[in-house]
Amino acid sequence: MKKKISGADLAFNIFNGAFMVIFVIVTLYPVLNTLAISLNDGTDALRGGIYLLPRVFTAKNYTTVLGKDNLITGAIVTVARTVVGTALALITNAILAFIVSRKNFVFAKPVSLFWVITMYVNGGLIPTFLLYKTLGLTNSFLVYVIPGMLSAFNMLVIRTYMKGIPDSLEESAQLDGAGYTTIFLKIISPLCKPVYATVALFVAVGQWNSWFDAMLYNRMNGNLTTLQYELMKLLSSVTNQSASAENMKNAVGSVTPTSVRAAATIITMLPIICIYPFLQRYFVTGLTLGGVKE
Amino acid sequence: MTLSSSNAEGVISLDENKVKEKKKSDFSRLKHQKVLLIWTAILTVYGIIFYYLPLGGWIMAFQNYRPKDGLLHSKFVGLEKFKLLFSDVSFLRVIRNTLAMGIINLIVTFVMAIVFAILLNEVSHRGGKKVVQTISYLPHFLSWIIVTGILHDALSGNGIINQLMLNFHLISQPINFFAHEKFFWPIVAFANVWKETGWNAIIYLAAITSIDPSLYEAAAIDGAGRWAKIKHVTLPSLKPTIMILLLMNVGNVLNAGFEIQYLLGNGLVQNVSQTIDIYVLKWGISQGDYSLGTAAGIFKSVVSIILIVFFNQMAKRHGEERLF
Repeated sequence: MKKKISGADLAFNIFNGAFMVIFVIVTLYPVLNTLAISLNDGTDALRGGIYLLPRVFTAKNYTTVLGKDNLITGAIVTVARTVVGTALALITNAILAFIVSRKNFVFAKPVSLFWVITMYVNGGLIPTFLLYKTLGLTNSFLVYVIPGMLSAFNMLVIRTYMKGIPDSLEESAQLDGAGYTTIFLKIISPLCKPVYATVALFVAVGQWNSWFDAMLYNRMNGNLTTLQYELMKLLSSVTNQSASAENMKNAVGSVTPTSVRAAATIITMLPIICIYPFLQRYFVTGLTLGGVKE
Repeated sequence: MTLSSSNAEGVISLDENKVKEKKKSDFSRLKHQKVLLIWTAILTVYGIIFYYLPLGGWIMAFQNYRPKDGLLHSKFVGLEKFKLLFSDVSFLRVIRNTLAMGIINLIVTFVMAIVFAILLNEVSHRGGKKVVQTISYLPHFLSWIIVTGILHDALSGNGIINQLMLNFHLISQPINFFAHEKFFWPIVAFANVWKETGWNAIIYLAAITSIDPSLYEAAAIDGAGRWAKIKHVTLPSLKPTIMILLLMNVGNVLNAGFEIQYLLGNGLVQNVSQTIDIYVLKWGISQGDYSLGTAAGIFKSVVSIILIVFFNQMAKRHGEERLF
């Protein structure tokens, strides 16, 4: 049955292959370039010409980063907020999704609507800022994990999945005398593991990458800084007008702000790069479920 | 007689039992649902505090808000803050910037995601396809801090772009891309494409896999080549998905402009880099004019909601799927 490949199809395959190769290069090159700079001697890197491989290899940029107290503090806070924030978000979103997906629960519809509205209307930056200040959330770790813990989008993703579970499971459990707590913990949740993984991934990545809350609410407290915020400070220290002059001035031995930033960048992205390829099927599920909405 | 009367009695007692049972089940249902009600109450209080209470802060936009007077005792000034806002040339400029970058980004990321999804689907080597797709997700997981850092490296005097152009003699001096207004919007657009193409393509790839294979077979019998199949089968099948995603994103056009513009912007390009969100941050938080900042925020929210409702209605009239 195999047909001879026509000229047009061959041309298409060549074009398509070339497109994919260029796409992969454009995506990966900047990351690999940063890796090369992070492994290269800082003052040597200022000469330019480093692309995929370091020219004068050194691990000094990394030891410098690991010796900076603010970066270590940032890393600890970031890990803590990712773990605590993800756990809280997952638990509360799952409970809420469970409540609104119960068919015979009187308030299921109004509660759903209450949350869907929050997707479209919000108070905006300044009222929110003043609220957190009033609640005493500024200058505290809680501001990372409490606001934004429940989100209508994540809740709807879980709800859509829960609605796909046959009612008969709940009914037969009820006949056996199980209450809603038991049904949630023992029947529904074990079946929801894939969608829980999806939401956990979304929340964890958001927590890991956020910096704006650290800047806005906890700027004054060095003990609550985050990895991304420290990275941002490193970035702005090397991106002003006379970048290389600044680099020369601030260079300590063979380490420059640019090379330290490259090392910090690699350290910050490493956990994500290691984990995400194994979770692909979960976020594909999550996106398709999220598209279904109301 | 006795038989029928005992029958009647039996019926009555059965009914009584039913009523009792029903009462019992109502009661036990309520008892069962008690836990649902408690959680509903807790989570609703949370929702009111964190999502609905800030809306009360909108009052500030109609006041001359002073922190020491609070919301209750600050002087009301009507629409004065809005008048001030619209007489400020820099506010009109941030509206233009937000809209321009929002629309440019929307179009380029949309087109690229669709093109990428369709072409990736045509890759016949399974392993290669998987590898390319995995790599394509990577940038989505990186923070804007990292992405802007990477952009600075790539576009710096020593960076790959300047070096390539120097090698091909397209330029004689390295260009400082971040010092010219004309480069800012294209850089932002490129960054968005770089970061989100693979991620946005996921949903199209999922939609493509659900296309009925017999459509392609029929097209092949009619003598359609690869391009013709894409044009006449894949694209029309994707149309509903494209429509719904487009509508979802058009409503968010004003919300998509903060992180990268804030991180990449500098004094030399601020006329084209500042967006509404940055304006709010600058006036509201840094300058402490809460009322003006809130007014700008309200303007953005209201326009966004109008856009969402408008495009939703438009979709409804065209018989496409709706958002809500």
